[in-house]
Amino acid sequence: MLRDQRFINVLIPIISVILGLLAGAIIMLSFGYNPVEGYGALYEGAFGNSYFMGETFVKVTPLILSGIAVAFAFRTGLFNIGVEGQVFVGWLASVWVGISFESPMIIHLPLAILSAGVAGALWGFVPGFLKAKFGVHEVIVSIMMNYIALYTCNAIIRNVLTDRLDSTDRVADTASLSSQMFYNWTGSRLHWGAIIALALAFVMWFILEKTTKGYELRSVGFNQNASNYAGMNVNRNIVYSFLISGSFAGIAGAMQGLGTYGNMFVQSSFTNIGFDGIAVALLGGNTALGSVFGAFLFGTLKNGAGSMPLVANIPKELVDIIVALIIFFVASGYIIRWALTRFKREGK
Amino acid sequence: MDYVIEMLNIRKEFPGIVANDNINLQVEKGEIHALLGENGAGKSTLMNVLFGLYQPEKGEIRVNGKPVKITNPNIANDLGIGMVHQHFMLVDTFSVTENIILGSEPKKSGTVDIKKAEAEVQEISERYGLKVDPTAKIKDISVGMQQRVEILKTLYRGADILILDEPTAVLTPQEIHELIEIMRTLIKEGKSIILITHKLKEIMEVCDRCTVIRKGQGIGTVDVKETSTTELASLMVGREVSFRTEKTPAHPKEEILKISDLRVKDARGAEMVKGLHLDVKAGEIVGIAGVDGNGQSELIEAVAGLRKVESGSILLNNESITHFTPRKVTESGVAHIPQDRHKFGLVLDFPIGENMVLQNYYQKPYSSMGVLNYKEIYKQANKLINEYDVRTPSEHTPARALSGGNQQKAIIGREVDRSPDLLIAAQPTRGLDVGAIEFIHRKLIEERDKGKAVLLLSFELEEIMNVSDRIAIMFDGQIVANVKPEDTTEQELGLLMAGSQVEKKAGES
Repeated sequence: MLRDQRFINVLIPIISVILGLLAGAIIMLSFGYNPVEGYGALYEGAFGNSYFMGETFVKVTPLILSGIAVAFAFRTGLFNIGVEGQVFVGWLASVWVGISFESPMIIHLPLAILSAGVAGALWGFVPGFLKAKFGVHEVIVSIMMNYIALYTCNAIIRNVLTDRLDSTDRVADTASLSSQMFYNWTGSRLHWGAIIALALAFVMWFILEKTTKGYELRSVGFNQNASNYAGMNVNRNIVYSFLISGSFAGIAGAMQGLGTYGNMFVQSSFTNIGFDGIAVALLGGNTALGSVFGAFLFGTLKNGAGSMPLVANIPKELVDIIVALIIFFVASGYIIRWALTRFKREGK
Repeated sequence: MDYVIEMLNIRKEFPGIVANDNINLQVEKGEIHALLGENGAGKSTLMNVLFGLYQPEKGEIRVNGKPVKITNPNIANDLGIGMVHQHFMLVDTFSVTENIILGSEPKKSGTVDIKKAEAEVQEISERYGLKVDPTAKIKDISVGMQQRVEILKTLYRGADILILDEPTAVLTPQEIHELIEIMRTLIKEGKSIILITHKLKEIMEVCDRCTVIRKGQGIGTVDVKETSTTELASLMVGREVSFRTEKTPAHPKEEILKISDLRVKDARGAEMVKGLHLDVKAGEIVGIAGVDGNGQSELIEAVAGLRKVESGSILLNNESITHFTPRKVTESGVAHIPQDRHKFGLVLDFPIGENMVLQNYYQKPYSSMGVLNYKEIYKQANKLINEYDVRTPSEHTPARALSGGNQQKAIIGREVDRSPDLLIAAQPTRGLDVGAIEFIHRKLIEERDKGKAVLLLSFELEEIMNVSDRIAIMFDGQIVANVKPEDTTEQELGLLMAGSQVEKKAGES
């Protein structure tokens, strides 16, 4: 029966994606576009040549990190909706360290990434601390922290890091994740961050499943009373969870600052990396490996969809609807689970 | 003979197990029919088949002589079958009336006619002697009242056959008494009742006949007038069961726990423990008897470090543990079998194996340098599962999937195995069947004989009388008397628990 359950858990996201693609196809058909052409363009845009493939991975990289940030908090019973803001401050911190000085890469690059992690962790500390100390709901605090991050970062870029400019200098080469080798191969912005993201997904799995701290965090996530009874400090674990989650999110920001763009610029609205992370985590069942797959799907859709207007003449708005539909079906996994178990019962 | 319900040769399988096999249940009109069996014997499965929640693989169900197919609970309702679940299904913030009419509301021009509903509820409640206030909110009324609301819900829907699933498990002795009266009234009004239980005393008191299930098999139906608790118990368990727990006289030695002038408040800030004195010696079991709500829970939680101590002191082996955190209390040598095993005792979504190291996962050999050693954890888990006869498909099964008795055995194994100086057992046998109760009592006495101090909290007087070497009666936040079980009676205990002054104090006797 356990194996059955695991099989269903894997089957659900797959069916969801297929249903989403079908629904998208119906939309395309009803507006008079050819879905085969449309999805062909999507596929080409995501994997058509080495450039597109490289760019797909560029999109996937921060999503892996924001996904595991959300998943980590979820597993400990917390909803970190503040990943978006933690990405912002991580991005800013990494760029700040990256442009401020030069030193050997072996020091400079880790320092820049680390400072992104610390910045994200500090941003996560606020809702975690308020929840642990005063019982303030973490969702409200972390949503507000998102806005504070957005406008604070913009203000710092304009007034501190530059003199009324919209973007910072490029980070020093010694703090950059970009790779000449990947560029020569693919011509894309693919950078070393992809490997860091995968490594951190492994770290997340290791912390949760293999360490005593992870045992405590999972226990607190499932049952605070029993955790308290067993001698765990529930409130401290809430703060730890937010610190770790926030640092993953902060490093997602570093992927943008040190890798994809090499600088930071004024943003008019959220990047959605953090919010997409929620969907990525849900899709991946809040596991590390699942989040990697979820990020891969999201990155592929986002990057590939860019080609649909150009190649298949499908309006951009329709493309957004199709992508949203696919995500909608993925998020409605519950309905599919219900249908599957019902089908199984009838089948007997 | 007229049967209102006949379930013939019922068989129900789940993947890997046969939950019901060849079970027959025939309920006569106007009788209280007991369905008796150990935890996990298949009573609930059988009733869920009757109520339409499960479909049987084989067998026939007849209602009033007519064969029927009950494929969902609505059909069961239409046939006049009503079920009161062990865990109530009520909306806390709704009133009694609103809960009762939920799903079949009387309407007047598109809105719910609450006045009419209230009058109807009032009428039914008076007819069957189920006193409730139709306008009270569920969250403001006692558990016993909530149960009446559940019964009223089925009556409002026109039920003639009531299934009561372990209705007394959550009730105080007084409420049990009232429930029994209610059941008798219902029978007089022409209803029939199926009572699911494993409490033999209740069967002897109210039931007419009793069908016994053991490990999914129908064992038979007996006339209650012609049987005894001993016979019922051995039918249920499949072997002779002793009710009087065998034990030798205690030999108390040095003082392990000494509580002086303890004051503790509850979550709302009301003082519940009011200057309490209590001591427990090595090699004795002290039972705390008292009516629920006299500060027992707060006392236990304070000793375990789960609740703040306002003033006073708690000494363990002459050293203060008064303001210790739960972890430090545990490390000082206290083990605690909590009152609510689901809320405190287990992380239900963890595998049973991981639950076995809930307090010492951070110590060697279960981890080193902050990394868990699953091999050692599961080795320990398997050892406890074998030693304490925890029936589970594997050590990786989530604790949630185990029956209550096996969950409790797992907790007891985990706590006793740490070899604590003081073992606190709070209602260790609540909701368990006689086989499991016997096992747990034996374990407590074994610990005593090893020279440990045992503090037992129970609302079952029988348990207190059977297991304790000394009984401390708690009333209104204080220990009002210490008596020896051999020098007292249940009646006397009952009076003491109700707060009446008694000249005799055990300390002097």
